Order: sequence, then structure tokens, then C-alpha cells
Amino acid sequence: MGTDSALLPSAFSDLEPYAQAWCLPTENQRFAKRMSSSMDEMESFYNAAFPRLEEAKAYLDELDVHDLPGDAENLMHMMFSLIIVSFPIELWRQPAVPDAGAAEIVCWLEAPL
Amino acid sequence: MARYPKPAEGSWTEHYPELGTGPLSSEDSISPEFYELEREAIFKRAWLNVGRVEELPRKGSFFTKELVAAGTSVIIVRDMKGEIRAFHNICRHRGNKLVWKDFPGEETRGSCRQFVCKYHMWSYDLDGALNTVPQEEEFFDLDKAIMGLLPVHCDVWAGFIFVNVATEPSQTLTEYLGPMVLALSDYPFHEQSDRYAFRATVGSNWKLFMDAFQEFYHAPYLHGGQTPTKFTNMIRQFGFEAPFYKLEGPHRVVSTGGVRGEDQPEDMIKPIERKLRSGLFGPWDHADLSIENEQDIAGVNPSGANPWGLDSYQVWPNFVILIWAGGWYLTYHYWPTSANSHVFESSLYFVPPKNASERLAQELALVSFKEYGLQDANTLEATQKMLETRVMSEYVLNDQEVLCRHLHKEVANAVEEYKKETQGAIV
Ligand code: FES
Ligand SMILES: [Fe+2]
Repeated sequence: MGTDSALLPSAFSDLEPYAQAWCLPTENQRFAKRMSSSMDEMESFYNAAFPRLEEAKAYLDELDVHDLPGDAENLMHMMFSLIIVSFPIELWRQPAVPDAGAAEIVCWLEAPL
Repeated sequence: MARYPKPAEGSWTEHYPELGTGPLSSEDSISPEFYELEREAIFKRAWLNVGRVEELPRKGSFFTKELVAAGTSVIIVRDMKGEIRAFHNICRHRGNKLVWKDFPGEETRGSCRQFVCKYHMWSYDLDGALNTVPQEEEFFDLDKAIMGLLPVHCDVWAGFIFVNVATEPSQTLTEYLGPMVLALSDYPFHEQSDRYAFRATVGSNWKLFMDAFQEFYHAPYLHGGQTPTKFTNMIRQFGFEAPFYKLEGPHRVVSTGGVRGEDQPEDMIKPIERKLRSGLFGPWDHADLSIENEQDIAGVNPSGANPWGLDSYQVWPNFVILIWAGGWYLTYHYWPTSANSHVFESSLYFVPPKNASERLAQELALVSFKEYGLQDANTLEATQKMLETRVMSEYVLNDQEVLCRHLHKEVANAVEEYKKETQGAIV
């Protein structure tokens, strides 16, 4: 870890195994990833990332949120993924919100980071 | 026992006696004939919000809007003088749709110096004037001066762009909005310039979705799975009550009390919400607005609730402005496409975040919004399907559903009015 191929800042190298899967830049990608993941996969990610959320916030808050370096931006996107998997992990025990099988709401515009 | 005082008449509904208290017919949500009347009586006459001025940042910025129910597509553009104008999206030569990209039925946006028709390359200035016509000399008596784009009435209030496709609108936009909505004029909408936009195609009548978002009676039940069991049980025990409802003309507002995140015990709130200080109601920490206290604005927190939750303004016919206590707002639009389908749009607006913590709090708010919305949207299709069976022809509404009653009454009134006028014209 901490090699040239690292996606995350070195202080977060423990999360590197989840980076490929969860450093996703758009809501569409994060939502699709959640829907196609098993609860076990999400549980493992959540258990690793949630305890680091406080430190991630502190690390990112030292930087300009509108001009994050690449590795910090990846960390930000990973924390966005943590938010989106927190719903099934903390409450539903299934990837999709209950009673919403047929509905689809597309996020077509996000404010740029 | 009511937690909040009700009007002297005993209920919000009876405070407006013209509403009655009886059951309502579900026919207006399922009848294709009624939908056709709504198009004429409502959508071809009303001022329709199509977006905000921030969507047209420069001279030449434009976007198109498919107004299926009003029977047209419009172009909204900021012209070379900086003025915002609207035109029917049709070329004056042989009627081709003027502005579109790849898919004629899809909306588009961008920036340009003139509009050029794809078919025979007629070009129009941004103020609508016909500019060039290839092989002009081949035409007969072509008077370019009267062949400009067909204008649509367009006006702006508080940064919201409205259009009206009537030949001559019966009211100006200001008259139309009326004092209750105009009381929001000074709210700093423009400072909340970070926009997140959502769209859904929903298999229900447009009014059914409006109803889902103009009553909160359903929230503890339909959305019970969104909060820890202990919290859900508590709110189910108390049910939902709003401290304030108001109707004015065809518009209506509900204002609610709120909850302070930090006041909630550990087991009543999700871990992610505690860590990020945010949730469905938005960031717990109030956004930095230029005004000291937005509640000093007459239209904001009209009942003086403390803590205050939100104000949801239902602007006739299909536009909602929902102002949250935390200093952010969202809009809803319900664009009918048939008696049992519509396009639902929502935009969430935040003050640009100062740091990552603020951005993460906003992310949790907007993801929460979508998860709740998915439950609402799905339920509507279930309602629509069963109403269409006509096994049941009427439904009942309680006092917390007073705004639903008002919407359906106003729609019925508008259709009646239209029928009277057109019958009068035939006789
Ligand atoms: S239809 Fe537009 S140029 Fe012919
Ligand atoms: Fe809802």
C-alpha cells in the first residue's frame, strides 16, 4: 500500500482494498453499485469505512473542497458511497429501499465538486 | 388530542367551507376525457414554472422544455440583451422542431448565438427574428419581418422563470401568484446555487403525486422503514399534525414543526446521520445565508413554529417550492403526459459547501430524499392501478389531507369554468 498505484491518500491505505469498487464519481454509479452488491460485500465495506468517516472528514476539511487533489477526491467519492450503503446496512438489510420495486428516480445533475 | 390549535371552526377543512368534508370522486385521476379537459382548462392557461434564471447564466444560454399537457415544446433563452424570452420550439418554414439534439422528444440545453433549423437551415436570432433563409429568392412573397419565432408569454419572479402558452393570459404573473406566494419574494433562493436534479417517469395521474407530497399523514407509515424502530414506533403513536395550513386562490401551503437532530437520543437516529449531522430534513447546521434570519420574511415559517421544519408551497397548478428550516430548498414539478402518467422532476438547492463536511451533509440529505421519493413513486402506481378498476369510486380525506382536497376542488372548478365558457361560445 502507499505505492504509486494507490487511489487514496496514504493515511487511508487500510481502505485501499475497497477503492476500486467504491470510489465512484456519480450518484448513478454509486446507486447502481449498491443495487448490484450483496449485503456481505456492503457490510464488509461499511465495517471498514464507517469507523474512518470521522478521520476522512477531518482530512478533507483541511483541503479546498472545490479543488481536491485526485486521491482526496477519491476519498470523498468513497465517503459518498459509504452514505449510499449506510441505508441498507443500518436499516433495511436489503440493497433496495423497501416497497419501491418498480420505481426509478434518476439523478441527472449534480453540483460539481 | 390535537397538539396544535386548529381554526375556530374546529378543523382546517371547515375553515374553508367551500371545500366540504365529504368524499371525493376518483374519476379525475383516471378519466382520459377529464385529462383532456385539464389540458385545456389548466395547462394551456396557467403560468407554468420551467426553471430558474441560474440555468441561463450567459447571453445565448438556452434550454427547451416539453410541455406535453400544454400541447407544445418551448425554448427558453437569454437573448443578446440579457433578457429572458420564450418561444414555441417550431420552425416557421415547415414546422420542424427547431431545437433538439439526437432525440426530438428529449429536452436539451446549451449555449448558442442563433437557432438554426436542422431541416433547411433557416436561422433565427435569439430574440426570435428570422435571420437567414437559404435560397430566399425561390420563395413567394416571403416577408421575413413577420416570420420570427412564435413567442410564448414569459416572466420571472424571484429567479423562477414562468411561461404561459395562452394567447392572452388572464392575469399577469404577479396577479397570478398572489400575496401568499409573493410573501416569499425576498427569500435568498439565488444564494442556494448548487443544484441536484432528479427525474422520474411515474405511472400515475399527476395529482396523485402532488397529493403524496402535500400531506404528511403517510410519512410515519409508508416511510416507517427509513428510521430506527424506536423512532418509527414513537411517530406512529403520535401520528402527524401540521401547525399551519393556508389556501389562497388556487395555491396552498403547509408548514410543519421540526426536530433538532442533536436532541434525539442515540437509538432514535441512524449512525450515519449522527456522524454527518444531516438527514432527510437536511444538514443540522444552518447554511450561511446573507440574511440574519430568513424567518423574518413574511412567507417563511408563517406559524412561527419552534422548532420549525419546512414550508411547502403548492403553486398552481403543478409547481412546489419547499423551504427547509436548515437554509436550503427544493422544487417539485409534475408534468402530466396522460391521464395515468407524468414526469416528476425535483431539484434540490444548497448554498455551495465551504468544506467537505458540509458537502457530505448535503449528500446525505439528497440521498435520503431519493430513497423516500422511491417509496412514494412506487406507491402511486399501486394507487393508480386500483383506482382504475373503479371497484371504489370515491375516497375520504382527513383534516391533515386538506391540501389534497383543495387541489382536486380547484381542478374541478377550473374544468367547470372552462366548460361553461366553451359551451357559451358554441351557443
Ligand atoms: S422546416 Fe425549418 S428550415 Fe425548413
Ligand atoms: Fe412520502
